[in-house]
Amino acid sequence: MESWRKNALVFWVLNLPPSFWLVAFFLVPLGIVWVISFGEKRGVIDIAITGTLDNYARALEPIYLEIFWKSIVMAGAATVACLLVGYPVAFAIAFAAERWKPILLMLVVLPFWINSLIRTYALIAVFRTRGYINSGLEWLWEKADWLLSAFGLGHLQLLGERFEPAALLYNNTAVTLGIVYAFFPFMVLPLYANIDKIDRAYIEASLDLGAGHWRTFLSVVLPLTWHGIMSGIIIVFVPALGAFFISDLLGGTDSQLIGNVIERQFKAANDWPFGAALSFLLMYLTFGALALRAITSGRKHRLEA
Amino acid sequence: MNKRRGLGVSRRSFLAGTGAVAAGLSLGPGSSWGAEEAKLNFYNWDTYIGETTLDDFNKATGIAAKMDLYADNDELFAKLREGNPGYDVIVPTNDYVERMILGGMLTPLEHGNIPNIKNIDKFFLDAAFDPGRKYSLPYMWGTQGIGYRKSKVSSTPNTWKVLLDSDEYSGRIALLGDATSVLGIGLKYLGYSYNSTNPKEIIEAEQLVIRQKRNIKTFAKDNGQDLLLSGEVDLAMEWNGDILQIMAEDDDISYVVPKEGSNVWQDCMCIPTGAPHPQNAHAFINFILDAEAGAAIADFIQYATPNDAARALLSDDYNNNPAIFPDDETLARCEPSIYLGEDVQRLYDEAWTRVLAA
Repeated sequence: MESWRKNALVFWVLNLPPSFWLVAFFLVPLGIVWVISFGEKRGVIDIAITGTLDNYARALEPIYLEIFWKSIVMAGAATVACLLVGYPVAFAIAFAAERWKPILLMLVVLPFWINSLIRTYALIAVFRTRGYINSGLEWLWEKADWLLSAFGLGHLQLLGERFEPAALLYNNTAVTLGIVYAFFPFMVLPLYANIDKIDRAYIEASLDLGAGHWRTFLSVVLPLTWHGIMSGIIIVFVPALGAFFISDLLGGTDSQLIGNVIERQFKAANDWPFGAALSFLLMYLTFGALALRAITSGRKHRLEA
Repeated sequence: MNKRRGLGVSRRSFLAGTGAVAAGLSLGPGSSWGAEEAKLNFYNWDTYIGETTLDDFNKATGIAAKMDLYADNDELFAKLREGNPGYDVIVPTNDYVERMILGGMLTPLEHGNIPNIKNIDKFFLDAAFDPGRKYSLPYMWGTQGIGYRKSKVSSTPNTWKVLLDSDEYSGRIALLGDATSVLGIGLKYLGYSYNSTNPKEIIEAEQLVIRQKRNIKTFAKDNGQDLLLSGEVDLAMEWNGDILQIMAEDDDISYVVPKEGSNVWQDCMCIPTGAPHPQNAHAFINFILDAEAGAAIADFIQYATPNDAARALLSDDYNNNPAIFPDDETLARCEPSIYLGEDVQRLYDEAWTRVLAA
């Protein structure tokens, strides 16, 4: 289909199903939520659309702004962690032997075959007080303590009287780790796609011309993979910003994210108009992030031109 | 409210969702009172019915009952809010019964078609949340209290103080994760009503919980009993049924209703507006209230049944279990959770947001 103008019929036939999908299952529900955000509750289930801005005013109260900020910080931290771990992984896969690539990629994608809610429950079994990590640590502690005793140092109790399990669960670190775990493949895949396409000649040229490995990475590889990095950041950050069940399950007493507040408005608090307003504020934030990407990639294009 | 569940995965179960849609699609437009197809769609909590109840019902009446599951009242309410997707009988908790009556979401029951009402304990034949029981009949009832590990406490934790106003069990406490319950017991501890509508009292309870946050490990959304069983915490505020379930697995766990009193709840059988098989729904409710059917359910799920005739068939172990049936004195200090109106609900939600953000 070189030109849709020449083959208008083909164009429309092929585009009708996806367009219908987009309108019926995305734009229309979104529009309904948008309209509800300008409504007022009238009793238990009725919502009157009055055009009020009260819901937005309430959503901009300091307490909700703080929660927004906290969500941005935690999603940001998770995104940075994904990038720091994901970049070397993507790099290694891209430079691995050709026959290993599909297997390595498969290993990255494999956890995605399991529902993320179940994977989050699995993390509880790993991190909890009597979980796998603490059991492993306890085993190491016992061996070390036995070794010390064998050398006649047992009475000093250098390792403490008994093993103290690490508090790995029910705090914000656990939530951040949970988000990293849930969205890690989203970071690796676009990075891999980008790194894999780099012309190796550039790297060889840089090394031949006397630049060290570090200099080559910073001046050649990093700029060439900029698009992959930005795509990865956006694809991880946006869903991380709306996460709610990860903080529900892994979080402590102060792990409330904006996703949790929104979920509560649609369920326990039964305040759909307020929940809708919060959702749309979150969406505007997302648009902001996307606009930022558009601006930076636009600048890149000009630099490259 | 959480009933007996394992992993809680069913919370966002897609199966329940697709089941609901399928039930909705199967509705014929011509389903009328006189000629009803022999089907029934039951929407219930997980693990909240006898092993053979639905089969027994089928044998007794020829009606095929299909059951979908929900994880909490909010899920039930949200699903029925925009119209009944095809359910005939649902089991909401008392305050949600009240909410649903106000929202016009329930159909009045025809008591004449439910002769087994005679089996119900007189205490349950009237209710503040549903005067004259026009819309609801009791299914099971119970309390909120403290589940605890006996070997890890200095004495029976029979006061909310140990959870809300003490450093003794720092880092070993889990509270429930919902505003009404946690602020409700806070109010109770402070000597107010579980259902306070006074903003000052609600804020006082909020500050009590905020002060105690450093000693609380987590607000468990639906797994307080799992935390207790796995040794993550030693005390958990929970619904009695959840704790009873793990008491069967671990002898070191017990349950107590604190002396200040607590929340006493009642799950009720109701027929949602627009139910496709109202006649079968009445037959089903009547069947559940039958002595033998009711006894089989209570024996299996170990909840308190309001069915006197069923209790008469059950063992002393069941009838005298204080975790199932608290003594009258404790019970007298318990209050049912009341629907307080949307404005007060907002007060609770905002207080809860502040608790979690503090």
